[in-house]
Amino acid sequence: MSRGRNSWLFPVTVLVALLLGLLPLPAWMQPFRPYWLALVIAYWLIEEPERIGLGIAFAAGLAADLAFGSLLGEQALRLTVLAFIVQRFRSQLRFFPIPQQALAIGGLLLNDRVVSAAVHLAIGEPQVPWAYWWAPLLGMLLWAPLFLLLDGLRLGRQN
Amino acid sequence: MPPYAGPPVPRHGDAAGTLRLLGWLALAIALIVLDHRGGWLSRMRAQAALAVQPLWRLAALPSEIGAELRSGAATRTQLQRENEVLRNALLVSGARLARLQTAASDNVRLTGMLGAVRREGFDVQLVPILDVDLDPTHQRLVLDAGSRDGVRMGQSAVDAGGLLGQVVAVTPTTSTLLLLTDPDHAVPVLVQRNGIRLVAYGTGRSDRIELANVPISGDVRIGDRVVTSGLGGRFPPGFPVGTVSELRPDESRAFLVGELKPAAQLDRGRDVLLLRKVIAAPMPTLPAPAASGAPAKPASIATPSPTGAKP
Repeated sequence: MSRGRNSWLFPVTVLVALLLGLLPLPAWMQPFRPYWLALVIAYWLIEEPERIGLGIAFAAGLAADLAFGSLLGEQALRLTVLAFIVQRFRSQLRFFPIPQQALAIGGLLLNDRVVSAAVHLAIGEPQVPWAYWWAPLLGMLLWAPLFLLLDGLRLGRQN
Repeated sequence: MPPYAGPPVPRHGDAAGTLRLLGWLALAIALIVLDHRGGWLSRMRAQAALAVQPLWRLAALPSEIGAELRSGAATRTQLQRENEVLRNALLVSGARLARLQTAASDNVRLTGMLGAVRREGFDVQLVPILDVDLDPTHQRLVLDAGSRDGVRMGQSAVDAGGLLGQVVAVTPTTSTLLLLTDPDHAVPVLVQRNGIRLVAYGTGRSDRIELANVPISGDVRIGDRVVTSGLGGRFPPGFPVGTVSELRPDESRAFLVGELKPAAQLDRGRDVLLLRKVIAAPMPTLPAPAASGAPAKPASIATPSPTGAKP
């Protein structure tokens, strides 16, 4: 494994995911912004489970809460739930062909929306507009290119 | 890597995994509740926001560069046309200002006669917006100026159209503006035509504000302009908030709910004006003379004071 050589890749991808989350988009595109951070975290959970676990997912979520100005702990909770599910099904997910993996990720992102809505409901915060429920679909479509890109970055030097 | 896809390998045992999940979830929920309540955690959070600022600046960079490129690519003719338009606009507002000045001096004289005091002007500060998208459930803007530039909690922000919102968080170099369309935001307002006092709430959509509990007998009509009333002391009086675009009965049928179209341009613009240590703004309005044909020439806008003569 390339633990030593590529250890910089994880923080960099998380940082880029945060930046993509903050990047100003035209108003009509905002609901479709995929949850980049969840995609990136899911990738690392699948590929390097010995390094990336619940704690890291939680920390990344906290960073995102600070960056996006959401309720502190909300994204930490969402990403922890996501990480737990990915960990549980990792052995299956890992050997799915990519389209099937993308479907599973789409399901995870949809579940993430539900968790977020539940948190907002429980605490009496306003809900996001309905258009935002399209974002998981886009995340699903982006899984394959993202997976290939990250795989290329992670393994590129080796072959 | 093991090249097999066997049954789930018991890495740490499922029970331990679940326990860890519960631990993290409990921590997250504790944070959410604490943050929602406000208090010490929010203060800590304001400190932590300092660490996020480089990220904000980095994220705002593309749109800044885009704007830079656009202004760099503007052609001479475009600039000339824009210059002409702006010159005309300046003439018009200059003329309007000259007219308002007589009204203002009348006003000062009259309020003086009434024994009322305190009609200080207000000071504004032009502050650029840091263009990043925050959490979509709230309507907020990040401003590229903080306590170091004199921004303070609670300051009101306006643009050329009217009230934008108020500053709700300040760090040394940035601050956060809560827009008046945020669901957590409320402004005491009055209907300009007849002085009925109401409260306008944000709805979470950038093109709509809601007027709650409008009395049915209160003679509020569609098209009425609504301005800040200054009650509560948070917002200076007299700034346009919006125009009534719709009225419908609320659930109790005892009151009406009004919808306002915001007067400020909430989703455009690159700068906002922060009002400083205000209190009373000169009442604006007076239905402006149609903005077309610029009147010949207002006497003098920026008083051509005899400068120089000072070594």
